[in-house]
Amino acid sequence: MSPALINANPVVYEKKERPVRTRPGDAAFDEYATELIDQLEDPEHPYSLEELKVITEDAVEVDDKRSYVRVTFTPTVEHCSMATIIGLCLRVKLMRSLPSRFKVDIKVAPGTHATEDAVNKQLNDKERVAAALENPNLVDMVDECLTPSFE
Amino acid sequence: MPSLDQQTFKLKELQSLKGHTDRVWSLAWNPASGSNGVPAILASCSGDKTVRIWQQRTPSSTSFHCKAVLEDRHDRTVRSCAWSPSGKQLATASFDATTAIWEEIGDEFECVSTLEGHENEVKSVSWNASGSLLATCSRDKCVWIWEVLPGNEFDCISVLTGHTQDVKMVQWHPTVDVLFSCSYDNTIKVWAEDGDSDDWRCVQTLSESNSGHTSTVWALSFNVTGDKMVTCSDDLTIKVWGVDIIRLQSGDVNASWCHLCTMSGYHDRTIFSVHWSREGIIATGAADDAIRLFVESEDHSVDGPSYKLLLKKEKAHTMDINSVQWSPTGNMLLASASDDATIKIWKLESMR
Repeated sequence: MSPALINANPVVYEKKERPVRTRPGDAAFDEYATELIDQLEDPEHPYSLEELKVITEDAVEVDDKRSYVRVTFTPTVEHCSMATIIGLCLRVKLMRSLPSRFKVDIKVAPGTHATEDAVNKQLNDKERVAAALENPNLVDMVDECLTPSFE
Repeated sequence: MPSLDQQTFKLKELQSLKGHTDRVWSLAWNPASGSNGVPAILASCSGDKTVRIWQQRTPSSTSFHCKAVLEDRHDRTVRSCAWSPSGKQLATASFDATTAIWEEIGDEFECVSTLEGHENEVKSVSWNASGSLLATCSRDKCVWIWEVLPGNEFDCISVLTGHTQDVKMVQWHPTVDVLFSCSYDNTIKVWAEDGDSDDWRCVQTLSESNSGHTSTVWALSFNVTGDKMVTCSDDLTIKVWGVDIIRLQSGDVNASWCHLCTMSGYHDRTIFSVHWSREGIIATGAADDAIRLFVESEDHSVDGPSYKLLLKKEKAHTMDINSVQWSPTGNMLLASASDDATIKIWKLESMR
């Protein structure tokens, strides 16, 4: 992995005040899922992914009844090769935190990445993800991204 | 006796086989077992790096027990397994880039050979009808063909390139030595030996332009006569293809496959496995935890064959289903393997 940061000066947004949701059933899981994602660190920057606008709450859809979660994320740079790593981190985090009944789809926000179809296909190919997670170097990188840093 | 599509069926769960400690990827029924007084044998392989052999306690009972655990050979996920046609050997393909060949010697299964060569994860392995050839495929985009020689020697006779992405499965035709592969590149390729030069080459590619799939093709299966093939995909459809079997069996490797039917609207998540039974029932296993069965419809109001849903078994497992395999002995037994680390044995019963 190249030591040079690909996106050295990200734009940092203020964390959005979370509105109180009134939809029964979904509300608790929406918050739960978002909080999990909150704890993720962008592999290149210590800010959380939400602060970097990689994930916003609207981009996490949860359907508890159907056991379905969809995460749409915006990589910080259009050609960001880290998009696959970020997507993988999201998948691992959700896998480790949600009950096994949940089906998770992770997509790059349309129009935000040069090869979004290719990235989406890889991120949602279960066999590719499983093989990637057997690679110790990749697992170390993912674990590092998922460890919250204490300021 | 009413035809299959006129009867009502239910899928009855006979047993849940537990033991694997990670998702079960693939299943294979031993073709030399399950009839003539020989108890049925099933092999399963898993993300826990092991292969388990399950055997019926007696030929007439439906209760399976774990007869053996094949471990300490693969150091990564075992993705696929296949018995030789004689039932004497089991090939196991792994993410560790090797394929192991096992034989039952006395009471134990021993690894008698290791096939190396792929650059990365091996996804599938298949024996041809006579057991003289073996094929493997990998994320390295290649398909390898191996010749089975005496003394457990396996010689690579061809490395087939052509797929532009990860190859998910290889399967030999049931009666002729023609090889099929399906891939993350959304295509199915047909490979055959060129009569003159003995070189293996791609004789046909089934892609989106010839009514093919629009996303990863995960699996393919032939009907008993080999004149039809069914494929399943991440595009949420299964497709049936047909060939002029007389032409194919007479040695014309260029006999081409054409699209017959697409079943869409039945699945809403990736279909990982499809298997055609000897009686003509197509089973699918998908990422929505359900098993679906399809049969050819006797409705001849459309051009060509059409298929209808015979039954849908929701929540067959608590997680994705990775493999469905009909028992070869025509007793309507179906095995399914899942991310939930279990294997289930089902019996298809007609309701009167």
